[in-house]
Amino acid sequence: MIRLAVIIWLTATSAGAVEPDEVLADTALESRARALSSELRCPICRNESIDESSATLAKELRIILRERLVAGDSDEEAVSYLVRRYGEFVLLKPDVTGVNWILWGAAPAMLLLALGAGWGAVRRKSAAADTGLSDDEQNRLDQILGD
Amino acid sequence: MIIELGHFALILAFGVALIQMIVPMVGAATGRRNWMAIAEPAATSQVILVGFSFGVLMWAFIQSDFSLALVYQNSHTAKPLIYKISGVWGNHEGSMLLWVFILTLFGASAAWFGGGLPDKLRARVLSVQAAISVAFYLFILLTSNPFARLAVPPLNGLDLNPLLQDPGLAFHPPFLYLGYVGLSMAFSFAVAALIEGRVDAAWARWVRPWTLAAWVFLTIGIALGSWWAYYELGWGGFWFWDPVENASFMPWLIAAALLHSAIVVEKREALKSWTVLLAILAFGFSLLGTFIVRSGVLTSVHAFANDPERGVFILIIFGVFTGGALILFAARAGQLEAKGVFGAVSRESGLILNNILLAVSAFVVFVGTIWPLVAELAFDRTLSVGPPFFDAAFTPFMVALALALPLGSMLSWKRGVLSKVWVKLWPFAILAISLGALAYAMQSGRSALGPIGVALGVWTVSGALVDIAGRTGRGSIGARLGRLVRLPGADWGKAAAHIGMGVTIFGVAAITAWQQEDIRIAQVGESYDVGAYSFELTEVSQFEGPNYLSTLGNITVRQGLREVAVLLPEKRFYPVAQMPTTEAAIRNGILRDIYVVIGDAQANGGYTVRVYIKPFANWIWGGALLMALGGFLSLFDRRMRVAAGAAKPVVRPAVKAAT
Repeated sequence: MIRLAVIIWLTATSAGAVEPDEVLADTALESRARALSSELRCPICRNESIDESSATLAKELRIILRERLVAGDSDEEAVSYLVRRYGEFVLLKPDVTGVNWILWGAAPAMLLLALGAGWGAVRRKSAAADTGLSDDEQNRLDQILGD
Repeated sequence: MIIELGHFALILAFGVALIQMIVPMVGAATGRRNWMAIAEPAATSQVILVGFSFGVLMWAFIQSDFSLALVYQNSHTAKPLIYKISGVWGNHEGSMLLWVFILTLFGASAAWFGGGLPDKLRARVLSVQAAISVAFYLFILLTSNPFARLAVPPLNGLDLNPLLQDPGLAFHPPFLYLGYVGLSMAFSFAVAALIEGRVDAAWARWVRPWTLAAWVFLTIGIALGSWWAYYELGWGGFWFWDPVENASFMPWLIAAALLHSAIVVEKREALKSWTVLLAILAFGFSLLGTFIVRSGVLTSVHAFANDPERGVFILIIFGVFTGGALILFAARAGQLEAKGVFGAVSRESGLILNNILLAVSAFVVFVGTIWPLVAELAFDRTLSVGPPFFDAAFTPFMVALALALPLGSMLSWKRGVLSKVWVKLWPFAILAISLGALAYAMQSGRSALGPIGVALGVWTVSGALVDIAGRTGRGSIGARLGRLVRLPGADWGKAAAHIGMGVTIFGVAAITAWQQEDIRIAQVGESYDVGAYSFELTEVSQFEGPNYLSTLGNITVRQGLREVAVLLPEKRFYPVAQMPTTEAAIRNGILRDIYVVIGDAQANGGYTVRVYIKPFANWIWGGALLMALGGFLSLFDRRMRVAAGAAKPVVRPAVKAAT
């Protein structure tokens, strides 16, 4: 029943998102709007972008976003306009400010740590591994002896 | 009456588990054979008792016994039989009962098929397994009793959520649970080994089949869930990085790492303590996943604060088992001396890299999943971590994994030579890069995602093929084909699973990069083009299903003059639950899916119609199935059966490489 919790937000969403009447005539502007709206969260939905959600609020945000773009905002300006009104909660990709460094830095730090530990383990092992035959060499030896 | 018997059986099972937890463990410590021998009949009794209890609940659902609160809340007389049955686990209480039923099933299997295990190890494994059961029986009996009655039985039920009334989702939870709970076996073996202070090749050979089985079930469960999301949610998304999805994905990643590190223990007696740690972490993530899903803490901190009883209980279970095992690990891991030595360039090192990438990628998912909670509680920042973060932070690990896979998997054990492997692989590296470049030249957009997916997919798949071809040795084509057929299951499993990984990577990249979409208001009789196809909404009709009302669109798809398909997308309304659902119509194909959704009627007489052309969509789940098949083939390797069941494990010299 892992999905059961998902269901609650799905109830509002199953119909699909962007409606034909919202689509901008300018295709370049529209594709910018689509790209941006897939990175903005619908504030009342669960883990859904405004691009995917059919909630009324998501529709309003899509329209506001398009209005900003039509008014000549850059991508950053349009997004920060929405962030000012709805908080950083609407960003599906948290910006790298303040404590969010932990979020973004955790993976690279852990990777370096793990690679370092892994390399250390390999080095310790390999110091002792220089003696004896490898499997390949053993097979080859078996082959020669068998011939 | 029968309901009360089911309830009573569950309480009895709790008592049996308590005995099974204590007596064999004491017996193993004091060397009392008859105390240890209690574990086996106890495990068998548990599975019979819980099985009976689960059967009773299922019977209540089939009979629509609305005197049970659970049946009333989750069922309805008009519901088809299969969804009455799947409704048993379509709710919290029933799904927890399924959870312990599967747990006891695994415990009993260990008792039945563990004849080859040393007595003490078996007694300890079954004792740890029983300890997990005890915790979950208590959880069910104290906080989530499925057998609670209603004083006045209502005439009819509230129905199961319509989205759950779907074949893909009906069997999604049992498979996931088989995976989650199956990892408890690896955990029990790890704890038992720590108590004994001994891990050897034989231990790894016993643990691996259980882990493999759990991983196969998890793979199928996750694929089913993803496939369901694809066709049911109405726009063809297949993965959302939702907390509940991540809850199943983290144990999957760790289990994949565990499978690979257990090979090193089995073949080379190295990486012992790391493997034990992974076994603990894999089940730890399963428990964490259960906590995330059951407590709803990541959905809404407030929902959790209002009803913390269940969440806190599972958090305690998680803390006791994972924390306890980790403390035991810290105390005893030093005793697990490793014997095998290996060079810096060797299969062992390749598998270490595999483990690092898988474990750190699981860590990324973990951090991203809990970050909103941490940020809100500790730093007072309400924020979201969604798909764009995971795409950016997780994908590099899979790219690195795919790049390293063919090279690492072909290095020889102990001491390998990279150039020997490269000699066999470089033509395919060039092939992969040129096909990627070709894809880049052919596509209209600028995204590099598709071409990279092509190159990685070709590289991984051809690497796996070269690997298995290399296993056939030298000689005539006929002799090599003969040897190919007789290769052990583990070799085939390795090839299939690695090919599956490449196929899935390609499928995900292709659908993400090359999907075409069209959203418009279509008038009946009007025809329009999307991609290479033309679409015509020929008719829209209304009809009544068994427990829903439906608006049915009839869309003809043509390619040139040739009719490709007639698609019948539906928009359903379930009156009992007062809920609409979308039934997309999908024309499946090897090269592309045509995905059509019908929406609401518009004021001017048309209907909203969404059309998606989704290239290589089925390759995503095809690859997942190949991975599961690979695990399955490995599971049926003769050597694994020897390990799992026979009285005397046969040690064979110069064992070939396994997955």
